[in-house]
Amino acid sequence: MTDKDVFQTIDDVFLDDGFDRFERTEVIAGSGEENAGHEGDRAAGAGGAGGSGGGTDEGDGSGAPRPRSLASRRSTSDTVFQTVAFAAGATTVGIMLAVGLFLSIRAGSALSVAGIGFLFEQQWSPETQTFGIAAVLFGTVTIALIALCVGVPLALGTALLLSEVVRGKLRSFLVSLVDLMAAVPSIVFGLWGVFFLQAAIIPVAEWISRYLGWIPIFAVTGDDGAVLTEASAFTSSAFIAGIVVGLMVVPTQASVMREAFSQAPIGEREGAFALGATRWGMIRTVVLPFGRGGIIGGTMLGLGRALGETIAVYMIISPLFTINWQVLKTGTNSVSALIALRYGEASEFGLSALMAAGLVLFLITLVVNFTASSIVARSRSGAESL
Amino acid sequence: MTTIYETTPDAGPDVDLDDDRTRLQAELDEDFDRELNRDPDEPAATSIPDVEGVEVGPRRGVRTATLDEKFNVVGALAGALALSTLLFGWIGPLTGVIGWFVVAFLAFLGFYMLLVSLRSDFQEVKDRVATVLMVSAGVILFGALVFIVVYTLTRGSEALPFVNFFTETMELTGPLDPLSSGGILHAIVGTLIQIGIALAITIPLGITTAVFLNEVGGRFARFVRTIADAMTALPSIVAGLFVYAAIIQLVTHQRSGFAAAMAITVMMLPIVIRASDVVLRLVPGNLREASYALGTTRWRTVWHVVLPTARSGLVTAVILGTARGIGETSPVLLTSGVTAVMNVNPFSGPMISLPLQVFDFVRSPEPTMIARGFGTAAVLILLVLTLFIVARMIGGKGAGQLSDRQRRAATAESIRDLHRITMLDDRRYLTRSPNPNPEDDPA
Repeated sequence: MTDKDVFQTIDDVFLDDGFDRFERTEVIAGSGEENAGHEGDRAAGAGGAGGSGGGTDEGDGSGAPRPRSLASRRSTSDTVFQTVAFAAGATTVGIMLAVGLFLSIRAGSALSVAGIGFLFEQQWSPETQTFGIAAVLFGTVTIALIALCVGVPLALGTALLLSEVVRGKLRSFLVSLVDLMAAVPSIVFGLWGVFFLQAAIIPVAEWISRYLGWIPIFAVTGDDGAVLTEASAFTSSAFIAGIVVGLMVVPTQASVMREAFSQAPIGEREGAFALGATRWGMIRTVVLPFGRGGIIGGTMLGLGRALGETIAVYMIISPLFTINWQVLKTGTNSVSALIALRYGEASEFGLSALMAAGLVLFLITLVVNFTASSIVARSRSGAESL
Repeated sequence: MTTIYETTPDAGPDVDLDDDRTRLQAELDEDFDRELNRDPDEPAATSIPDVEGVEVGPRRGVRTATLDEKFNVVGALAGALALSTLLFGWIGPLTGVIGWFVVAFLAFLGFYMLLVSLRSDFQEVKDRVATVLMVSAGVILFGALVFIVVYTLTRGSEALPFVNFFTETMELTGPLDPLSSGGILHAIVGTLIQIGIALAITIPLGITTAVFLNEVGGRFARFVRTIADAMTALPSIVAGLFVYAAIIQLVTHQRSGFAAAMAITVMMLPIVIRASDVVLRLVPGNLREASYALGTTRWRTVWHVVLPTARSGLVTAVILGTARGIGETSPVLLTSGVTAVMNVNPFSGPMISLPLQVFDFVRSPEPTMIARGFGTAAVLILLVLTLFIVARMIGGKGAGQLSDRQRRAATAESIRDLHRITMLDDRRYLTRSPNPNPEDDPA
């Protein structure tokens, strides 16, 4: 096929039927002196091509080409596609907003009865109009904090191990293992917590309360203030639930942190090594400052999951509707466990009260998650890790 | 051969730059001429050293530990085990397995620091201790997580060998009946139906929304993305509560598999949207631009370029979302209802699923029911594990990366395309050409 053939073919295609559909580049004849300045402006605006076109081209009578309109007519398939895509987006937003609005509206009737006291009342009996989430929210937060105390050091160490120490096939295997663990159902963690961990951890809890009991939160005392030592006082506590939830959130945290650490620039790492740093020195001066956003973001994502965790907590704790500062002692509560516990027997109004509790929980996790993602997105380790 | 372009010794701020530059240019020209006319046999400016006859020693390992370092670990470990056993067995009033581990670990750290500091400075000691802490965090975490799974599988293996466990329902089986009667077929079927309905809604809606976010864009798309991100924070129990209050109480007035599927959908949809969004963002922009440059419409670009490129990632996103959806108990707890009977109609009557069945089994104090609970949990874990492995096998690659087989297929196809385009077009051109003698054509 010679060059000429190719051109001929192109001409055929274009002149056949296709070309009429496209907007042609329109060429305006330069209309003399009075238009010259105007033309020049336009051409310069179009990107500087032929910037002084109006001034020089008047001799041959053709001015600079008018900038071609970049807007194109949509084809039918595109219109359909965009409409469908838009509809999908709108449906998603519709579902999500429906959940939010429905919760808010239904929660409204309970909130209007309880008022601001909803946040400070510990009891939960909507039938007698005295109900509030002080105790359950306190329990939720204690469990989540214990979970963080367990999870964050493990996640940080594991993330550093995976990004700095282990290499090759072992690393990719362990990374997939972390991801797999994030997908293990929470009921499995709950089973393990109830049937294995509870018995194994009680001696530890007893030991802590005996030797560190002078710190108020580690003390375990009865109603009369006497120190309790029997094992039954240590079951179903916030401590045990916190450990189980902590193990559940570690994979999430570790994978976010590892992602941030592994993006630490190689040049800075090598610079640290070239200055004589040990591996830990390099980690402390390069990797940790670089991955700070990832550490904070991962921690908060884990916190968000820990706050919303239901079934493992529900299986382990024995529900209690007073604030229990002694984390090792039997009895605590959480918002999600409260919902799981009371939804079945709830009246219309009781359900509204539960919705209010769920709404508060949702708002808290929402704030935590958005803070986390904005911290990660603003950090040096970049917006891509989330 | 190195030429140093010296400046004049008294080069100060008042030196005539033009003069300097001319001189430098002259020197450069001279160098250039010399290089150009160089005798080819003369050794060049850079040469490869002759290694003929030079002994090459064995390659030095840069990652191996010296014997000294290995001894430090082994010695510290032996010392720590001995010390803690001594403390727990004879001297101290300490008991318990976990306490033993804690003491042994602390003793190991102490001994190790001591041994390392005999030979190295403080920086080295810090480095070693940090490495030990990182490795132990990893060992504790992986140990605990693997132990959780293995523990469940082991306790579940009591019920798993019974074939009836997979082929019967609990309809005619009471809490006291042995494991040879009753099974979880109804829960398996329930899980499949519920996740099937949820996927039938989630996959089209989620992926289309992700396509909308990436390919259409605009202010509304940013709003959609924000809302979807916000909904990933929705606690699953709240999703269940929403469906309970909005669908069960207001519309159907009974718990059903459909309601459970709706709860799972509300929970899974943001996960799938977010994961697909990330995958679609990874599709290289130049593929899209190449497609647009060929004159295609947006729809064809999405269908023929973007989605095929991101296919493996999208499949992974969906499968991982499915694994999360299958394992969630709390939305199902409120919506599906508990039953021991097989129910294949999602729109009427309670329909139990695997996680809820686990929860229901272990509420009973009977050992056989607890064994059944662990068996069900083992089935659930194996299901999630299988889904995960399938996802890894499909989606281990990034967007657009092909396997060898796919690459060969693509090459073959493009060769076929080339033949088709050139030969067919030639033929068509020859038959259609109005001018038998194109050389004369002025165009």
